[in-house]
Amino acid sequence: MAKKSYRTAINDALRSEMRRNPDIIILGEDVAGGQGATGDVGVVGSVFGVLGGLYKEFGPTRVIDTPISESAIVGAAAGAALTGLRPVAEIMFVDFVGVCFDQIYNQAAKFRYMFGGKAKTPMIIRATIGAGFRAGAQHSQSMHPLFTMVPGLKVVMPSNAYDAKGLMIEALRGDDPVIYLEAKTLYDTEVEVPDEAYRIPFGEGRVAREGKDITLVAFGPMVPRALAVAETLAKDGINAEVVDPRTTSPLDEDTILESVEKTGRLVLVDESPPRCSLAADVAAIVADRGFKSLKAPIKSVTCPHTPVPFAPVLEDEYMPNPRRIEAAVRAVMKFD
Amino acid sequence: MQLSRDELKRAYQRMFTIRAFEERVEKEFAAGNIPGFAHVYLGQEASGVGVCHDLTDEDLIGSTHRGHGHCIAKGCDVKGMMLEIMGKAGGLCGGKGGSMHIADLSKGMLGANAIVGGAPPIAVGAALTQKYKKTGRVSVAFSGDGASNQGTVFEAMNMAVVLKVPAIFVFENNGYGEHTAASYSVGGGSIADRARSFGMPAEVADGVDFFAVHEAMGRALEHCRAGNGPYALEIRCYRFLGHFVGDPQAYRTADELKEARANDPLPLFRKKVTEAKLLEASELDAIEKAILTEVEDAAQTAIAAPPPDLKSLEKDVYARY
Ligand SMILES: Cc1ncc(C[n+]2csc(CCOP(=O)(O)OP(=O)(O)O)c2C)c(N)n1
Ligand SMILES: [Mg+2]
Repeated sequence: MAKKSYRTAINDALRSEMRRNPDIIILGEDVAGGQGATGDVGVVGSVFGVLGGLYKEFGPTRVIDTPISESAIVGAAAGAALTGLRPVAEIMFVDFVGVCFDQIYNQAAKFRYMFGGKAKTPMIIRATIGAGFRAGAQHSQSMHPLFTMVPGLKVVMPSNAYDAKGLMIEALRGDDPVIYLEAKTLYDTEVEVPDEAYRIPFGEGRVAREGKDITLVAFGPMVPRALAVAETLAKDGINAEVVDPRTTSPLDEDTILESVEKTGRLVLVDESPPRCSLAADVAAIVADRGFKSLKAPIKSVTCPHTPVPFAPVLEDEYMPNPRRIEAAVRAVMKFD
Repeated sequence: MQLSRDELKRAYQRMFTIRAFEERVEKEFAAGNIPGFAHVYLGQEASGVGVCHDLTDEDLIGSTHRGHGHCIAKGCDVKGMMLEIMGKAGGLCGGKGGSMHIADLSKGMLGANAIVGGAPPIAVGAALTQKYKKTGRVSVAFSGDGASNQGTVFEAMNMAVVLKVPAIFVFENNGYGEHTAASYSVGGGSIADRARSFGMPAEVADGVDFFAVHEAMGRALEHCRAGNGPYALEIRCYRFLGHFVGDPQAYRTADELKEARANDPLPLFRKKVTEAKLLEASELDAIEKAILTEVEDAAQTAIAAPPPDLKSLEKDVYARY
């Protein structure tokens, strides 16, 4: 099987599903690029290059460049979804949902329930997340807790290329609004990815590394970080299990609880300010449903309660970094 | 309005500072000394400087992601800017903002803004303060052609008219929003017409010509300071480089890029003032020389400067968890 990057895996999924289903369209800013310009159209393929070649294959009726108008992009996607298309809207950086959040949480998320089950809203909002890109306070956030708390949205956080493809295909074949969060620091990471289509059901987490001493639950771009720390700890005889929930809504509580039942210890790694984070949320679930399994208090490694700072030294300290993850694990291991 | 020799020198000094600063940013970015992205203002110098020329430190501006030129035009310190852009201690925002968030409230600079369409509503609020406190000052919202399509900008324009506040909406139409041409994205084609349709006067100015921008801005200022509510300028200019430093720009032909470079506001200014015998070429050369030294010093200082103290990570917050 060939290795593919996270970027290529998403492109593969979109391309093969667009071939299969003519109702899938893409809309967003510079998803093609070059419209109205003197040179070539379609050369951008979205600013991180995820949509490369799609304009060439599917043309301007299906790969639609929009003005810079996030409310109208997401709202139009919701309206098109409600009336028979399957739009994939792009919000380049998740930070920009501030401009269009009404269309997401008051509109798209609510149609199915609010209209008494009569409506389907098969749409995807793709957005990039994460710090570490030196992009400053308004281009570096993650926001997954914000989406996760909204009933009616499915929230996907792929941590590797294999999952990225399977989760995208699942989203494209479903009937509900999906927030698909792409980790911008993972675009070039590669794993083996099948050429053919496959689906990964939402709400099915994955044990990314087996271990018996402690459970690390990490989300999206924090999964590879947790895995790297687990390897370091293994040299000291600490055998950590790493759980990647893959989707935060629906959330696979069982895989997390089963792991904690085995290890008795839990550290959460979440790139988010601490309050109302996924870390806080999962800690509460485990404290409730897994209390008897716990041998030590649960610890979380999150960001501080601040905006994302620009200076690289500050940003590196802001993110859950290997030093802080390792320290949390060691503290939990010491407790008895 | 005839400008004095000193004023002309100041205008050229600011335009050339932007030119030299941005060319240095381009160079330091390529050398790896500037983290993140850099959107430079090369080619648009006459716009920012023409708009800000008659503003005082008490007049306010709200800027964009392409904000370095606006900062310099409004009088921000170039060393503080370079330190900020490199993420160093001593930067205008302590290294916590970066290129897209430079702000200097002491100069009436309310911040660059990484959210397209983020500044105009804020500028309306700043204009409301001026009206409420009867300061006689104005507030300027810079936006691009791309930003003119953002709902926040429409709302801000309408509200400025309804509240009759001294806000000046400056749309720098450089022909592109990222990699998409304004001819594609701006429905109806005219940003000035949009502003007019909200009920404010609007004019189109040639952004290559400092004097054209300055005169149009003069009319805007007169209108606002007389308490007549908002005003809009659509300034037509050229983006010499790509959207960001390093943009390969396959969507623009070589001919187009050449044409953009041919519309350079700096030589045009030099030509006008020397032909009219307002300034000597040697005076302009001396200005350039001094600025190159200043920018060199700013860059060297910033490269050598230490990063911010880690303790500043949790400074300026009201709660820690
Ligand atoms: C809300 C929002 N949407 C999209 C972007 C990404 N983006 C940054 S600059 C830009 C283009 C802006 O074009 P224009 O307003 O013409 O300004 P210019 O870059 O030409 O100065 C875009 C789409 C953003 N920063 N914020
Ligand atoms: Mg533009």
